Amino acid sequence: MAEQALSKAVDADERLRKTPLIRKLMNRPELGAVAGAILVLLFFAVFAGGSGMFSAKGMVGVLEVSSQLGILAIAVSLLMIGGEFDLSVGSMIAAAGVIIAIPAAQWGWPIGLGIILAFTVAAGVGYLNGLIVFRTGLPSFIVTLAGLFILRGLTIGFTRLITGRTQVSGLRDLSEGDWIAALFSGDVLTGLFAWMANVGIIALRPDGQPSVAGIPIIVVWFLIIGALATWVLLRTSFGNWIFAVGGDRVAARNVGVPVLRVKVILFICTAAAATLVATIQVLDAGSADTNRGLLKEFEAIIAAVIGGCLLTGGYGSAIGAMLGALIFGAVAQGIFFTGVNTDWFKVFLGGMLLIAVLFNNFIRKKVTESR
Amino acid sequence: MAETALIDVQNMSKFFGSVVALKDITVTVNAGQVLCLLGDNGAGKSTLIKTLAGVHKPSEGTFTVEGKQVTFESPRDALDHGIGTVYQDLAMVPLMSVTRNFFMGREPTRGRGLLQRMDIDAANRIAKEEMAKIGIDVRDPTQAVGTLSGGERQCVAIARAVYFGAKVLILDEPTSALGVKQASMVLRYIAQARARDLGVIFITHNVHHAYPVADKFTILNRGRSLGTFYKADVSREQVLEMMAGGKELDELSSELEEFTRADSTEGTSAQLEATAAAESALASAMKDETEKAHKQ
Repeated sequence: MAEQALSKAVDADERLRKTPLIRKLMNRPELGAVAGAILVLLFFAVFAGGSGMFSAKGMVGVLEVSSQLGILAIAVSLLMIGGEFDLSVGSMIAAAGVIIAIPAAQWGWPIGLGIILAFTVAAGVGYLNGLIVFRTGLPSFIVTLAGLFILRGLTIGFTRLITGRTQVSGLRDLSEGDWIAALFSGDVLTGLFAWMANVGIIALRPDGQPSVAGIPIIVVWFLIIGALATWVLLRTSFGNWIFAVGGDRVAARNVGVPVLRVKVILFICTAAAATLVATIQVLDAGSADTNRGLLKEFEAIIAAVIGGCLLTGGYGSAIGAMLGALIFGAVAQGIFFTGVNTDWFKVFLGGMLLIAVLFNNFIRKKVTESR
Repeated sequence: MAETALIDVQNMSKFFGSVVALKDITVTVNAGQVLCLLGDNGAGKSTLIKTLAGVHKPSEGTFTVEGKQVTFESPRDALDHGIGTVYQDLAMVPLMSVTRNFFMGREPTRGRGLLQRMDIDAANRIAKEEMAKIGIDVRDPTQAVGTLSGGERQCVAIARAVYFGAKVLILDEPTSALGVKQASMVLRYIAQARARDLGVIFITHNVHHAYPVADKFTILNRGRSLGTFYKADVSREQVLEMMAGGKELDELSSELEEFTRADSTEGTSAQLEATAAAESALASAMKDETEKAHKQ
């Protein structure tokens, strides 16, 4: 009898009306970001269609800008789903940059060793952030705001102390032939782009080279990290724990989720993401600057929020953050190509943020509303 | 006693500094028994269940589980001994799906090493089956827990505790925030759990919810036990009286009588009748359920 009742209840699916596709889509956190990305691309297709934004070179530019922010935004979105903020990522970019540059330029270290050191320091900074937030019970907003200033101050202070300036340059030659540095610099698919230029799919420069050498390595990192983060979030136990600690920390602890470990790992991820971006920037520019990464912490949060992350934690997606970064990149480049003064970019950013938050609140209500 | 009690607590006390939170409490629960822990606010109900659940360590007394003396270091420890506690806040995250809540912290996995991942399909299937067993048809186990009603949420939390091997369920005020219909859903589930030979400790301050399902009552007052009574030996009114501290209630009822005499409104009596009707409906539902369970 129990068997019967059981199978009846389990089989009850067929009698149920199918959930409409639109309903399912409405329950995805990245819905707003998808709509936003399409809108923004359409907008610029109309207003900047002929300006070169949609040429191979223009699109690679959009991707590159998006990737820089996107790598940060993915890590920040995971942390936000876990219920915390990290405002120190911008300062971490500058710190990691000079940690790579100073030993190489001043003390003759191989650049790869500097990169390893930078990631080690980042892990330390993330660990410290997580530990302080957890042990003191203070909002991470405040703790990492302090981190923002301390880290930036230390970076400027030490750089001036050691080099007498706030910039470290001359790294381009030093990174040649370093296999660790090779992971973070250059382009991929250069052969394909050369071929595409030859058959006329993409334009040639006057000197006969293709207008774009290839896909910048940062785009590859962006896609790999995005895929990895999405897999972890949706398909692993750790992902479930991220949602749990962000949704309700006490509930998570009561059922045995290791809250401290989850949060510390997430803080280490954001610091490591900042270091990855810094490494690629330093190798690309051949120099480090203590002013790098200004305001990146906020831009990353904006991208994550546009991507559907709630400020209160427990909800969001890594794909959403990627799309948020793509919107960001498209608008940054689009404004440049349409010839509008870039001053207006910030107005747009603020507006987007406000709309995204309003939209997310609406979605949250929908998700938790009885059906 | 021929049968070994699932939980046997003898003369347990708990002090917080100079505060005596519990003094000489004796509680036993057997398999297939529902013990109702009754008491007013501040009677020490929460301290007692937290001690049983491994959150606090008892200051004095013995605590045996299935005949073996235990000292719990953590709630996890208590769970490993088969004591599943469902707190009032349920330890549920409203924004997460039923499945994700059900397996929170104990996800089923597939694969090894770096490729180890959550077995989402199995998790969804199990969550749906476990809910079906208690008569709740979760249409879509991926829907957020926030979309469920209060009674359904309570049932998810209880089903989760049972699925993860609880032999004794400690339920902290499972019906306090629920309406009559929702409460009866939860009470019915408690009766089912009893029929499956689980021990249940049901904390409440609502005698009307406690009386239909309980086998015996332990009444706490200001950290001390007023005794344990089998249902056969005690009426609902007696329980109520002891719980509130007889004297105060007597005074209250005489005051109320004054009011009734003064107003002699029909509304009050109509309300009383409604309550009585709801209760008898509840009781008959419980009876049906118990009979059904026994037939199985």
